[in-house]
Amino acid sequence: MSTGAEEMAALRPRRSGMVKWIAVVAIVIVAVVITAGALAGWFSSPPITIVGAGASFPEPLIAKWAGVYVTLTGVRVNYASLGSGVGIAQITAKTVDFGASDAPLNATERSRAPGLLHIPETIGAVTAAYNLPGIPSGLNLTGQVLADIFLGTITNWNDTAIATLNPTVTLPNAAISVVHRADGSGTTFIWTSYLHLASTTWPSSLVGKNPSWPTGTGKPQNAGVAGYVAATPNTIGYVELAYTVLNSMTVAKIRNPTGNFILPTLASTSDAAASASPTLPAPDGDWSAVSILNAPGPTSYPVSSLTYLLVYKELNVFGSSMTQVKAKALVDFLWWVVHDVVDGKPAGQSYAAALVYVPLPTAIQTLDEGGLRSITFNGQTLHT
Amino acid sequence: MLRLQVVRRRLLRSIEPGALGDSLFHWLTGVVAVGVVALLGLIAVVLLIAAQQSIRTFGVGFLTGTRWDSVADIYGAAPFVYGTLVTSAFALLLGVPISLGVAIFLSELAPAKLRVPLTYVVELLAAVPSVVYGFWGLKVLAPVMASSIEPAVQGLLGFLPLFQGTPTGSDKFSASVILAVMIIPTISAVSREALRAVPQSQREAALALGATRWESTRVAVVRYARAGIFGAIILGLGRAVGETMAVTMMIGNKNSISVSLFDQGQTIASLIANSFGEAQIGYIQSSALMELGLVLMLMSLVINVFARLMVSRVLRRGEGLG
Amino acid sequence: MKLSLPFTPPPFRFDREGRRLWKDLAMTVAAFACVVIALIPLGSILIEAGIRGIQALTPNLFLFDTAYGGIGNAIQGTLILIALSSVIALPIGILTGIYLSEFGKGRVGDAVRFFVDVLTQVPSIVVGIFVYSLFLTLALAGLMSTRSVFTTITGVIALTTIMIPFVARTSEESLRLVPVSTREAALALGIPRYRSILRVVLPSGVSGLVTGALLGVARVAGETAPLLMTAYGSFYGFSGLDQPIESLPHTIYTFALDGSPARLQAAWGASLVLVLIMLVISIVSRAIVHFRSVSE
Repeated sequence: MSTGAEEMAALRPRRSGMVKWIAVVAIVIVAVVITAGALAGWFSSPPITIVGAGASFPEPLIAKWAGVYVTLTGVRVNYASLGSGVGIAQITAKTVDFGASDAPLNATERSRAPGLLHIPETIGAVTAAYNLPGIPSGLNLTGQVLADIFLGTITNWNDTAIATLNPTVTLPNAAISVVHRADGSGTTFIWTSYLHLASTTWPSSLVGKNPSWPTGTGKPQNAGVAGYVAATPNTIGYVELAYTVLNSMTVAKIRNPTGNFILPTLASTSDAAASASPTLPAPDGDWSAVSILNAPGPTSYPVSSLTYLLVYKELNVFGSSMTQVKAKALVDFLWWVVHDVVDGKPAGQSYAAALVYVPLPTAIQTLDEGGLRSITFNGQTLHT
Repeated sequence: MLRLQVVRRRLLRSIEPGALGDSLFHWLTGVVAVGVVALLGLIAVVLLIAAQQSIRTFGVGFLTGTRWDSVADIYGAAPFVYGTLVTSAFALLLGVPISLGVAIFLSELAPAKLRVPLTYVVELLAAVPSVVYGFWGLKVLAPVMASSIEPAVQGLLGFLPLFQGTPTGSDKFSASVILAVMIIPTISAVSREALRAVPQSQREAALALGATRWESTRVAVVRYARAGIFGAIILGLGRAVGETMAVTMMIGNKNSISVSLFDQGQTIASLIANSFGEAQIGYIQSSALMELGLVLMLMSLVINVFARLMVSRVLRRGEGLG
Repeated sequence: MKLSLPFTPPPFRFDREGRRLWKDLAMTVAAFACVVIALIPLGSILIEAGIRGIQALTPNLFLFDTAYGGIGNAIQGTLILIALSSVIALPIGILTGIYLSEFGKGRVGDAVRFFVDVLTQVPSIVVGIFVYSLFLTLALAGLMSTRSVFTTITGVIALTTIMIPFVARTSEESLRLVPVSTREAALALGIPRYRSILRVVLPSGVSGLVTGALLGVARVAGETAPLLMTAYGSFYGFSGLDQPIESLPHTIYTFALDGSPARLQAAWGASLVLVLIMLVISIVSRAIVHFRSVSE
């Protein structure tokens, strides 16, 4: 036992101890400075932050809007693309200021969130994106074939069903690797609704935001499916149009009701939206029957869809975290989003086409205006 | 007279310089420590309250239910408990031999000059955050898995139902491999401690009898440290069970039970990470998720308590005891 | 020419004696192979992050926010989150560590130690849903606004909950290492117990405390799961304690699942930054321990 040495060591002046104390103090000072700086910035001029959550379908466009809007007005719009299911759940729980979903609310969801408005903010398309080395975009597919692929009854790329539709293409002898969404997704709702509509084999029990897929790998959000398909050969997945353009992916031509195989593009999606002319309910009504799938017309892309922003009609439901100023900021943002020009400057819809989203037709814009005008805070309308 | 003296002595002691400070300090640290324990209690209570609805609706059947259906609102934990146990077990299968090899090498067989730097480098494995493992797994490991490793394994062992099906790279197998990598630092570090706790006399005795270094390790050291190594393995299991991000990115996210490791799956942690946002709070899906969280917490708790019992028993063992 | 190998090569004979020696060599090589196998993923991560991430390390990456493909707000967010968490968790953790090492001898101490251990093992995702659930329940009960769930504060609470027991245990371990004789010497001089702890024991163990604190910070800097459901993520820099906040691991997660090459490269850059931060913390804590033992 070297008690003497230990005691001596303990009593010896600590030079290295000094260095450590300086290090500790330095770290603490840095921490305090960062914290204080951040808090000071907050106190001096707190920016208005609007938080949204929901569909990944319109995410590239909403992200663009957020980036432009903060430069324009200083209002920060924070959007988390976690899927339509999350969008609906979170706006119902009121943990976010607005939600977004490609799937309109069904009866149960409407009953859980009374007073929620549907504000369609853009129109897009769901593509069948595949990764077949050597095969470019334009593989011909039908709703029936796609249904069988996603059911797992067609398992090989050179299956006769696919080959018959594509006589000039040499299809590989490879297993089809199916990719679907792992989360509650409005895009899935659109896709499965289409498969049910366009085939005899897709059951209605598999239509929804999160069906029990019989086969395939699950990936989160459109970005996840797109990323996986783009990187993995012999895969097929359903991806919103904008992502396939952003990632330079190959997509299939899908047969529309007139019998033409249509490539998903801005033009064919626009045609679908124009020719479908769905009868739309009031913003506070029931949108569960609204669909522009299998739109008539020779050039219409059959898997097109509206997508909706979900916002409360009376904004005082958020309690203390919502103020008059913030409520007005929210409505002003939504107003900016649904228009082409606001105060002489380009507004939301003018950024749509560049990102391969269809700008809203005037009829829908008028409908949205009516919905936004009806939004109140403590009974007072916010935008006239 | 005596009583007065006792009282006087007690009084003097209580106003001793520092007596107040002592009790205050003791009290302060005690309150904080108890507060930390209370935090644990709070976690348990909050989860229990949130899980109430699900517990009452599904009862014990929750643990055996195989459906997770958000449309019909029927929830069962079986696929996720299965996924958690299968990926963790396979991770152990892959990771334990390597971890033991590492521990034995670093503790017994390595030349002295290599020992410290190699130990340090192995510990760096633990410094990589889970999300970086997941990202690397997704972009680097999964393609290699899908193109080379999984087909090779299938070629070798494809007769087993465990290795049938189409290897995609995003499946239970890949998730297990990543988990194995992540638990190596845990198991090897604790095993090293267990090996270090073996008294030198054991090694010397074996060497004195003419054993080679390896023989001495095998016969004298590892045997002696059995319990500690076992505890290390269980600690690794505890770590694997709670791992979230890397698994979520690698496992393919399918909410059903399937035998093949090349099939997608889902663990409790990855399901919670994926679905918490969609579960409308106040309704049964959210409650079921909270109950799953409680199940995970209990699993982790049982595993880790068991492990610590084993490890502490070994580390307290001194020379001359059993 | 004499080869200097780190081991003595066995003699080239295969009788029983020779076989044992060759087996010894073989097992040593096998064990070494295990080390190499274990290090392959680490090497691969460092190389891949290095190669793919180094191209992303432009000044723009740090200046821009995630809305524009940069990670500036993510780095700021992580710094703020760990700073705030440390401010709360370090004092609480160290005080708990002091209690356990100085006063935690009896059954009560053992019980506290056990529960603190249990708290260290709670999976981080469970901590996340605990905070999420707690705040939502409070909001549903009307005690706070529903918008308070996805905020910097809930993120800090989640990270603090993870950090406290970790720091408590490492503090206890390092204070335990202070020799009993040091404490006895202080008490023998007539110093009150609390003074002896504060003035003698703590300074003796300070390197261990700092190491534990650094490791605790490193641990929560890399956490993603609990932040998914509390801090939520943000396109922008710090917007207020009552608003969502971005963090580096969250950015990596979000960008990793994205397909676009620009975001993927930014994710590699972010991974490189995060791994470098971890390495630096790891090296610094090693250095503290090393210089401590050298000076003794």
